[in-house]
Amino acid sequence: MSSPAMTQEPVYVYEKPVRLWHWVNALALVVLAVTGYLIGNPPVVTGGEASDHYLFGYIRFIHFSAGYVLAIGLIGRAYWALVGNRYSRQLFMPEVYRLTYWKGVWHEILWYLFLVSEPRKHVGHNPLADLAIFLFFVLGSLFMIVTGFALYGQGLGEGSWADRLFGWVIPLLGGSQSAHSWHHLGMWYLVIFMMVHIYIAIREQYVSRQSMVSTMIDGWRTWKDDRP
Amino acid sequence: MSTRPDSFYDVMRRQGISRRSFLKYCSLTASSLALGPQFVGNIVHAMETKPRTPVLWLHGLECTCCSESFIRSAHPLAKDVVLSMLSLDYDDTLMAAAGFQAEEVMEETMRKYKGRYILAVEGNPPLNEDGMYCIVGGKPFVEKLRYAAKDCAAVIAWGSCASWGCVQAAKPNPTQATPVHKVILDKPVIKVPGCPPIAEVMTAVITYMLTFDKLPDLDSQGRPKMFYGQRIHDKCYRRPHFDAGQFVEQWDDEAARKGYCLYKMGCKGPTTYNACSTVKWNDGVSFPIQSGHGCIGCSEEAFWDKGSFYDRVTELNVFGVEANADKMGLVTAGAVGVGIAAHAAVSINKHKNTETHKKDSL
Repeated sequence: MSSPAMTQEPVYVYEKPVRLWHWVNALALVVLAVTGYLIGNPPVVTGGEASDHYLFGYIRFIHFSAGYVLAIGLIGRAYWALVGNRYSRQLFMPEVYRLTYWKGVWHEILWYLFLVSEPRKHVGHNPLADLAIFLFFVLGSLFMIVTGFALYGQGLGEGSWADRLFGWVIPLLGGSQSAHSWHHLGMWYLVIFMMVHIYIAIREQYVSRQSMVSTMIDGWRTWKDDRP
Repeated sequence: MSTRPDSFYDVMRRQGISRRSFLKYCSLTASSLALGPQFVGNIVHAMETKPRTPVLWLHGLECTCCSESFIRSAHPLAKDVVLSMLSLDYDDTLMAAAGFQAEEVMEETMRKYKGRYILAVEGNPPLNEDGMYCIVGGKPFVEKLRYAAKDCAAVIAWGSCASWGCVQAAKPNPTQATPVHKVILDKPVIKVPGCPPIAEVMTAVITYMLTFDKLPDLDSQGRPKMFYGQRIHDKCYRRPHFDAGQFVEQWDDEAARKGYCLYKMGCKGPTTYNACSTVKWNDGVSFPIQSGHGCIGCSEEAFWDKGSFYDRVTELNVFGVEANADKMGLVTAGAVGVGIAAHAAVSINKHKNTETHKKDSL
């Protein structure tokens, strides 16, 4: 799948649930990053009685809700990898056991370093994108979901579902304060991924030989030329 | 004269404590253990009839703040009970005997109450250089600890030293100070962390064990749930200011005078499991947050190594870089941003060239 495309016909790559998930997930990540940053560095309301305000409560509520969206979305996306088309599995399984895959990664690196003049065509993710998305997004958001719900479980209390499922993470990371710090650092990990991801997607829309951003909107991979 | 061993009640009556005071103590203890009124009877009965369980109290690498806290237990009777309970069987700081005499007492208790005594440990053993950094009675403390733990029923790890290691185990921990549960592996270890732990928490844990002949319910970290089941934050009286978003930003600002939330001043209440915000200190007078200073998280593992007491987003040491998550993140994101901009500039330039090239060739 990560190998260069063999067809010159448009291909339906991203089915509707995948596209919907992608954009909902993107929104959730932005909301999570903004509210998460504010939880570490809260804005301040002054004056009046405490009962007149609930600003920080709302920020935390939005953060927790978006966290649920991220987690449930990822579960749904994993389910779709089982029942969807062949490209829906790529997100979770970079084909790292194939030599041609690594050759493809190398070719993409050369392409981004301006060392090859023409990019290859790919129906699904290109091999480098596949690797980056797996390492940064899949593992990164899994880490955030696990640590996030572990911290959430501290608020829900001992014996709550979040504490039972994920409570073990907190001593592993060296206690609650350290777990907060790692969760915070994980936010930056995902922010950096999003920066590069958005830049590359827009860039490839223009300079590659295939559709990029529009594919995640209408689902179709189209080609700009007829050469293989 | 009956030959049965003294009960707590006997010991207390002998010390001149009235029955009325004794019953008061039992009720107070029941409520501090979060038990219903029907359990007062159980406690009274246990105190009256059960032979007292001796407690051996050892001191390793520590500062004695646990003992200091303990003897200030708010119910005046608690300290009497506990002191008679310990009966100074062995507590090298508080007992009258000294030297060989003291060590003899310990031997005798261990022999007489084999498998039944409770071993309370204040402080921890340093393991480096075969334990030479803490010598008690001419022997490394770790040897004494292992020896005393051999025949005990259970171990209570008093304070953060015994529970987690505390300041002497802070990086780089030159003496390799090691918490009790990593040295004593074959006995139940109850952690009662805090620097020091709250006096009432300490007396209640001991009373519970004597009354019910079992260990209190422990959480996944080995701490009694009844006192360490919730964070300071969950029961903090300043919590409404937290939810409102009303924070102290300077030690001398208006918000500080009004008693707003100390979250931004680095209060560790949200990450600390302890009973300070409910039981409080010194007969319920106050606790750190009530006095206007954030919680420093003294009952949490390695609290000395978690960065400043006064930052919310604390320093991390990642790959040898010492900075907080925001600094690391901003610097990296900035660098990536510059990289993207440069890459975009080259891409646009190159793209233009190929476009003109294509047009030229047409």
